[in-house]
Amino acid sequence: MTLEDLRQRVEEFLATHDPATTERLEFLRARYDAGLAWVHFPEGHGGLGLPQAWQPEADGLFAAAGAPDNNPNSNVIGLGMAAPTILAFGTEEQKRRFLRPLWTGEEIWCQLFSEPGAGSDLAALGTRAERDGDEWVVNGQKVWTSSAHLARFAILVARTDPDVPKHRGMTYFLCDMTDPGVDVRPLRQITGEAEFNEVFLSDVRIPDTQRLGEVGQGWAVATATLNTERVAIGGRATPREGGMIGLVAQAWRDHPERRTPELHDRLLRLWVEAEVARLTGTRLRQKLAQGRPGPEGAAMKLTFARLNQQLSGLELELLGEEALRYSDWTMVRPERVDFTSRDAGYRYLRAKGNSIEGGTSEILRNIVAERVLGLPPEPRVDKDVPWKDQEK
Amino acid sequence: MSELNLLYTDVEDDLRSSVRDLLTDRCDPQAVIALCDGDRSMVAPLWKALATELGLAGLLVPEDRGGAGASAREAAVVLEELGRAMAPVPFLTSAVMATTALAATEGDLIAGLAAGERTAALAVPLSTTPYGAIPAVPATDGRLTGTVTSVAGALEADVLLVPAVTGDGLALHAVAATDAVRVPVVSLDMTRQLADVTLDGAAATLVVADAEPALRRALGVGAALLASEQLGVARWCLDETVGYLKQRRQFGRVVGGFQALKHRLADLSTGVDSANAAARHAAAVLAADDPDVELATAVAQAYCSDLAVTAAEEAVQLHGGIGMTWEHPAHLYLKRAKADQIAFGTAGAHRARLAGLVDLPVAP
Ligand SMILES: Cc1cc2nc3c(=O)[nH]c(=O)nc-3n(C[C@H](O)[C@H](O)[C@H](O)COP(=O)(O)OP(=O)(O)OC[C@H]3O[C@@H](n4cnc5c(N)ncnc54)[C@H](O)[C@@H]3O)c2cc1C
Repeated sequence: MTLEDLRQRVEEFLATHDPATTERLEFLRARYDAGLAWVHFPEGHGGLGLPQAWQPEADGLFAAAGAPDNNPNSNVIGLGMAAPTILAFGTEEQKRRFLRPLWTGEEIWCQLFSEPGAGSDLAALGTRAERDGDEWVVNGQKVWTSSAHLARFAILVARTDPDVPKHRGMTYFLCDMTDPGVDVRPLRQITGEAEFNEVFLSDVRIPDTQRLGEVGQGWAVATATLNTERVAIGGRATPREGGMIGLVAQAWRDHPERRTPELHDRLLRLWVEAEVARLTGTRLRQKLAQGRPGPEGAAMKLTFARLNQQLSGLELELLGEEALRYSDWTMVRPERVDFTSRDAGYRYLRAKGNSIEGGTSEILRNIVAERVLGLPPEPRVDKDVPWKDQEK
Repeated sequence: MSELNLLYTDVEDDLRSSVRDLLTDRCDPQAVIALCDGDRSMVAPLWKALATELGLAGLLVPEDRGGAGASAREAAVVLEELGRAMAPVPFLTSAVMATTALAATEGDLIAGLAAGERTAALAVPLSTTPYGAIPAVPATDGRLTGTVTSVAGALEADVLLVPAVTGDGLALHAVAATDAVRVPVVSLDMTRQLADVTLDGAAATLVVADAEPALRRALGVGAALLASEQLGVARWCLDETVGYLKQRRQFGRVVGGFQALKHRLADLSTGVDSANAAARHAAAVLAADDPDVELATAVAQAYCSDLAVTAAEEAVQLHGGIGMTWEHPAHLYLKRAKADQIAFGTAGAHRARLAGLVDLPVAP
């Protein structure tokens, strides 16, 4: 199928499904069934097995026709992390059950990875999953779980074998957040909001059919998720001056009275870096158009975090007195995560999380150094020690 | 809207390997270091091999004028390799900039350049930007008198393309190199040695009347593709440093295992990948004749010229004492990177241009 054929498919679809008269969810489901949701996914699972690089073409045509979208910002973890992992490691049955409502946004996903004692060292996690017939019984505590208060399902990594070294004893599950044993409590963050949560898991029962990958293979599956996460965070297609730089550039244009040569110099340096980061993202997407993401996304995420922080900091200086006022410290549990939403003060504070979430910038530098450049790994004192014998 | 391809095509990969193979055979790093002591004997044979055996002299010249009819994308790949190997050849000055300046001319000069029989250089200081005033000498009755300093490619050229002020404005004249006095300059970067060119009533042939657009275009293409040379320089610095730190041991460990160094190299690697995107984009935009070319050039220069310097500075530092020696090639890359940063305008000059292009003016 050529790009032209794809365009034609979209046109044909739009001819039979008028966005103006078709109900939103019905339209999205039909788009999924026609293979026009994520065109690089296989046929039968919302795609046509086409290059991922062609996706913007389809999205562009739908947007131009005024079609409803699946509100991707509301399901970042679902679309960016859960879906590619389910596609790569899921059974046919799992793909059929989970991918469609995930794509349409009917089911929001969250990520139950981090724990109080296991952050950068995710493989140290202690949440236990014990087998009980056709089910697993899960107990433990997760933390920093974004959107857990909105999520219907979660990707979850738990320890299934404490007697082997930490990387080998984990298993990956798809967890139903409506299970009575799941307790989600808001955690307020520096913005005033509670975007993330702590999640207590008490005798949560997960059917074995919701295990993703083999028992004990959890680390490999989780690594695949983290690689896609970094691409999802850092590698989105954006137009020139999209994202944070666009807001700062606009502030510059709107406030001639605040301009100084020093701010101008910093603005232009960051403008260049943002444009180059955009091109680097494009290049990365072209590279990844076939095949699963490797460690390359780590570099992109590093740049993205640094630029967001520098730009949002510059924006406050540019706004001067206005920046001394914050919009609202009221504790709310937001419906969606959008780094560029709200006011400049919020953006500055929220951007601080960009170098922590999805792997800290220090950990990402280790990954680039080891997996891209082939430099020696960090010393690992705990590598061959059974998890249960490790110092916690 | 279809997206420009920022990767390399198979044809481009093939071109890269033939250039790299030839340079591995015939561009010995020790001979390049000898250039700095004034031994330029390697230059002519190396350029002849690249120009005629691989046909690089006419890479950008259309086929009906004797060239290969390739695009800026291929020229960019060649420049990456020339930068990586520090090859002291006038590809950028003659095969890229002179042929671009002459693109619209009749006459057989361009065919001579394409065939590698002749080599030309634009007689402007290497630091001339595509945006500012273009230095020119006065022309009277077809004869030129004046001095142009710091000209790159002049020593290798047999014809100089001299911007001259005539009654009707700026015109480009061809002057035989033998009719000019070329004084070699002790240059910061001896792998692209400069010359001061003095004309004393030199006989000149008018090649482009009303030459300002052609000159700006040549300088612009030079700046856009210089980014690929800078990428090649930076990539060498990164690869060489990573390779060295993987085998150098101190404190009973490979020093590349110390996190402070791993993080510096990770940042450098991220920067080099970014430079790759910026340089590739500038070349792709040029090749596609996209209206974005001025912006893409300014972005690529503003980014790649500083990044190459950073890469070379890191290479020297992270090699320790050996990086400070004359014998190790790191200094060649540092000198080239620093000279390239100033060539066709500093990063700051390109950012200043961008401010106008993207509506971010400094003054209210
Ligand atoms: C806004 C936000 C949203 C999040 N959302 C989620 C979510 O939805 N689901 C989820 O599972 N998690 C989520 N997280 C958690 C996030 O993944 C972790 O915070 C992160 O992995 C770091 O772990 P930690 O907080 O335990 O810090 P630690 O690992 O304790 O790190 C402390 C410091 O030490 C540094 N450090 C640690 N190890 C090394 C090393 N080997 N070398 C050098 N430096 C090192 C770190 O970089 C950091 O600066 C979120 C975090 C934030 C901030």
